Amino acid sequence: MGYAVNGNRPVFAGLDMDIPRGRITAVMGPSGTGKTTLLRLITGQVRADSGSVMVAGEELRGIRRADLYVLRRRMGMLFQNGALLTDLSVFENVAFPLREHTDLPERLIRQLVLTKLQAVGLRGAAELMPSELSGGMSRRVALARAIVMDPEILIYDEPFVGLDPISLGVILRLIRRLNDALGITSIVVSHDVQEISTVADLVFLLSGGKVVARGTPQELQSYPSDIVRQFIGGLADGPVPFHFPAPDYFGELLAREDA
Amino acid sequence: MRLIRELWESMIESLAGLGSVVRFLLRLLAASPRAMLRLDLISQQIYNAGALSLVIIMLSGLFVGMVLGLQGFQLLQRFGSEDALGTAATIGLVKELGPVVTALLFAGRAGTALASELGLMRATDQLSAMEMMAVDPIRRVVVPRFLGGVIAMPLLAAIFSVVGIYGAQLVGVQIMGVDAGSFWSQMRAAVGLRDINEGIVKSCVFGVTCSLIAVYEGYYAMPTAEGVGRATTRTVVTSAVFTLFLDYLITAAFL
Repeated sequence: MGYAVNGNRPVFAGLDMDIPRGRITAVMGPSGTGKTTLLRLITGQVRADSGSVMVAGEELRGIRRADLYVLRRRMGMLFQNGALLTDLSVFENVAFPLREHTDLPERLIRQLVLTKLQAVGLRGAAELMPSELSGGMSRRVALARAIVMDPEILIYDEPFVGLDPISLGVILRLIRRLNDALGITSIVVSHDVQEISTVADLVFLLSGGKVVARGTPQELQSYPSDIVRQFIGGLADGPVPFHFPAPDYFGELLAREDA
Repeated sequence: MRLIRELWESMIESLAGLGSVVRFLLRLLAASPRAMLRLDLISQQIYNAGALSLVIIMLSGLFVGMVLGLQGFQLLQRFGSEDALGTAATIGLVKELGPVVTALLFAGRAGTALASELGLMRATDQLSAMEMMAVDPIRRVVVPRFLGGVIAMPLLAAIFSVVGIYGAQLVGVQIMGVDAGSFWSQMRAAVGLRDINEGIVKSCVFGVTCSLIAVYEGYYAMPTAEGVGRATTRTVVTSAVFTLFLDYLITAAFL
C-alpha cells in the first residue's frame, strides 16, 4: 500500500502488513513515521493512493461513504486526547453512539453506559462534564465510549501518553481484558516500548514508510537490525537521526547575524 | 504583466472558494431533511443563536430606533412634516436597518460563536471522533447549527424592528412632542405589505448567508489556535461584506 500527503509527500511506499484477528497488535516506530496516518488509513479517514487496505474483509480504497459508516460501527477508536464531546456529560458521551445508532429504551442505555463506566472505574464521574476531568480520566471515558457498541476492532492511538502509573496500569489491564474476554482485535499505536511489551501479542516496527521488523515483543528484543536495536534501546546514535537536517552547528552559532 | 497574473490568480482563487461554499451549502441541504427529524437539536441551536442574542439585539434596536427618531425629527421638522416620523422610522427599520444591523450583530455574536465552536471541535478531534462512531458530523452538528441560525435570524430582525419602532416613538412622541395619533396612523397607512416582505426576504437571505459562512469557516478551520482565530475573524468580515452586497441587490430587485 502507498500513501502520500496531498499526493506529493510520500508517507508509505510499499507498506505490507497483516494484522491478525482477535489479538493485540502494536504498531511502533520513531516520531513522524506515519503511525497515526496508518490508523487513519485503517479507519478510512484517508484513502491509500495505491495498493489495497482490507479491513474485516472490506476493501477501503474506493469504498462508499455509507458502507464505510456501516464498517465503522464494528470499530472503536480511542483518540490521543480522548476527543470527548465537550457539550455533553461523561454519561452522555458514553451513551452517544447508542443514542445515535439504536432505539434502545432509556433504562437499557443507562445500564450499558454504567457497566462500561464501571469497567474503566469512572461510574462515579458519570455526571461530570469533560472539562472537569483530568487527561487520564478523559482517556478512560473515551475508552468506555469506544467499547459501548461492543466493537470487533478496537484502535488505540497513543493510549499511554501522559498517564500516571495507576491509570497506565489500569489501561494496560483493560486492553488485555477486553481482548481476552470479548475477542476484540486490538491495534495499539505507541512508542512506549516497555508498556507495549507487556500487552502486545505482535509488534510491527515502522520506519521510513516501511515495516522494518515484525515479531513478538521478545523477538524484537534480540532482532538483528540496527534500527530495531536503536529504537528498543532508546539510543541517540543509530540509523534514525535524532537531529532534523540542519547546517553545521558551530558554523551557524558563529555566523554573523547579517550573513 | 505580473499584476495581471496576480489579479487573475486571486480571481480564480475567489471563484474556487465560492464554489466550495456552494458545494458545502448543497451538502447541508442534502442532509437537512434527515436532520430536521431531530427537532431537539435544532431548537437547542435556535436557543443558542436566537435567544442568547436577544439582549444585544433588543438593546441595539432600541438605540437605533431612538437615534432614528431624533435624526428623523430634526430632518422632517425642516419641512414641517414631523408627523411622518412614524412612517420614515418604520420603513427605515423594517426594510433596511432591521435586517442589516441584525445580520451584522448576528455575525458578530452568534456567527463567531458557531465558527469558533466548530473550529475547536475540529482541533480537538471531536468531529473525527464522530466520524469514527459512524455519525455524520454534517448531519449531527453542522446542519442543526445552520438551521438554528437560519430560523433565528428573521425572528431577531423582526424583534429588532419592533423594538426600534418603539425607540423612535419614545424619542419622537414622548420627548420631541410629535402627535401620537399621527405617528401611528401615518405609519399604518404608508407602510405596506411589500415593505414588510422586503424586510422578510432580506432577513431570510442574510440568515442563510451569515449562518452558512459561520459553519463553513468553522468546519474547515485549520485545527490550530491561529486557525480558529482566523476562521472567527473571517466569519465576521465575510458576513458583513456579503450582507451589505446582498442588501444592495435585494433593494434593487424590490424597486
